[in-house]
Amino acid sequence: MTTLLEAQHVTKIFSSGLLDRHSTVALEDFSLAIDSERPSITAVVGESGSGKTTLARLLLGLVAPTRGEVLYKEQDLQTMSHAAWHAFRRDVQVIFQDPYEVYNPFYRVDHVLTTPVAKFKLATSRAAARTLIAEVLQAVGLRPEETLGRFPHQLSGGQRQRVMVARALLVRPRLIVADEPVSMVDASLRATILGTLRTMHLERGISMIYITHDLATAYQISDNIVVLYRGAVVEAGDVELVVKQPQHPYTQLLMSSIPLASAERTWTTETDIGASGLQAPGSAGCKFADRCPRATSLCLQAAPPLFHTDRYRAVACYLYQSAPALAVAEMGKAFTAPARL
Amino acid sequence: MTADVLRVHDLLVYYDTPVGAVTAVNHISFSLKAGERLGLAGESGSGKSTLALSILRLLKPPGRIAAGEVWLDSDNLMTLSAEEMRQVRLAQVALIPQGSMNSLNPVMRIKEQIADALQDHGVQLSRRQVAKRAHELLQWVGLRPEVANMFPHELSGGMKQRACIAIAMSLRPKVIIADEPTSALDVVVQKQVMETLARIQRDLQAAVLLVGHDMGLMAQFVDRLGVMYAGQLLEVSPVRDIFTQPLHPYTQMLIASLPSLAQKGTFQGIPGLPPALRALPSGCVFHPRCPHAVERCQSEAPLFREVRPHAWAACHLL
Repeated sequence: MTTLLEAQHVTKIFSSGLLDRHSTVALEDFSLAIDSERPSITAVVGESGSGKTTLARLLLGLVAPTRGEVLYKEQDLQTMSHAAWHAFRRDVQVIFQDPYEVYNPFYRVDHVLTTPVAKFKLATSRAAARTLIAEVLQAVGLRPEETLGRFPHQLSGGQRQRVMVARALLVRPRLIVADEPVSMVDASLRATILGTLRTMHLERGISMIYITHDLATAYQISDNIVVLYRGAVVEAGDVELVVKQPQHPYTQLLMSSIPLASAERTWTTETDIGASGLQAPGSAGCKFADRCPRATSLCLQAAPPLFHTDRYRAVACYLYQSAPALAVAEMGKAFTAPARL
Repeated sequence: MTADVLRVHDLLVYYDTPVGAVTAVNHISFSLKAGERLGLAGESGSGKSTLALSILRLLKPPGRIAAGEVWLDSDNLMTLSAEEMRQVRLAQVALIPQGSMNSLNPVMRIKEQIADALQDHGVQLSRRQVAKRAHELLQWVGLRPEVANMFPHELSGGMKQRACIAIAMSLRPKVIIADEPTSALDVVVQKQVMETLARIQRDLQAAVLLVGHDMGLMAQFVDRLGVMYAGQLLEVSPVRDIFTQPLHPYTQMLIASLPSLAQKGTFQGIPGLPPALRALPSGCVFHPRCPHAVERCQSEAPLFREVRPHAWAACHLL
């Protein structure tokens, strides 16, 4: 397998304070590889503070890892050449959460579309550029004549986010890193945007790393899912398995907390707010031990490795220690092959 | 049968803009019984938050209540003086606003903020009584008594939200209006906060009006659900019916747009965009996006009427 983008044992620690330095581990010993031959959609799910946005920024080279490295076609993002960066920026595109902040209010929305055309010399003439832009706008369900020539404030949030998807598609990327792309969009448009992303994946073979707090959309769009908790992977594998029969106590808690939009009431009893009574672990033990109803003293001693509990799933929890352990870099072994048309 | 504790009748709210008045709440009527939980769901710009603020007369210019009545038991809130209205707020109708945890005063201890609310509504308490009351209230919302002596920055988001609920409930209101009370919280904390709110509401036998866009939260929390679109109420039905047999085409499409956790590939967006409030379409506001629209929908606004027992909708096809 040739990898397009790979995180190898990446740790990111944020430090603050001048005299009394205290540090926060945002992401710890994380590895993930995106195959360049077989397009896939991988969801990374976590609550606030789980390190999911830090992961996105690391994968894009916006921040440097404290330990470990992020590789683009086997070249370290931190040291690779200018030419490699140019290729990287074309192959790897990003869609951010906020469709309001990415626009310069003084420019028409055309600006975000014409800039990449010029930068990457995508078209030889003005007319060709217009055709290209019209084509990607139509692909995301926007009418070019109603979109081009407008200022950002004249478009709705959903339209602005769709222009961002169009911009990402324009350069024909191999991978899109989408950090909460629909969390600020209304339900009726959310479905449309996610549908567009999925179609682009299936029709154009674009891989995707879909970063979100929303398990329902992650389930709908991805093949494999990685659940993060305080910077560590707690469960990873086939999205059907992880969502339908979660094994890690944290994933189970997360799943039972989701307000299901159905006639069935799943919220019944008042959840116990209290913790397990065990002390909050330092960096040594399982990060979930202080909230885990099934924690034992073992959980405080050392962080559990990933146990390969099913063919297509790995869980970082000692409850499953009878299963064979996987090294951090082997998480991909628990991934299912992406669905094909 | 319990009597209605809150009745909103034909409420009309405008926002004045340089190009003329824009209708944000378009002739809305509904009622709430004691102990009942009513949800108002709608996408951004549907007028749901404006409606919540209008009930409490907290709407700021350019917003303007043009017509309508809001009855709390036998008082029409729209005719009260400003001072009378101020006394109704918190004491009888409490608001838990969007992002309310950010409304705590960062330089006051939690117990001082609780005392502040009580004193403002004429409850005279000694320092010892304040401490006792604060402890009771915090315990009620599931917080440790030590929280009383803490500052907001020492609390997590969920704890701050609980502290806000404690303040809102301090005078045992009859009606609780909660506008996206958990929108900034993680799902695990959201569930805990909503369960706390539910328990307190049962203790008080208060009515709850929950405003929000999260249909999942509505499904799990409310008894009846109203669906708003472009400033109008298109449907009000028992919440179970909304998810099993929605009446209005918009409700049907909204339900179909929700990603399911049970089955893959089962959600569909609604084509088109909501109308601009300053240029509402003629007839039914949803007709430009409605797959079932007929000629009559373009010319004549449908009446909001009881289609099935307890299920109201505004659609010509029903």
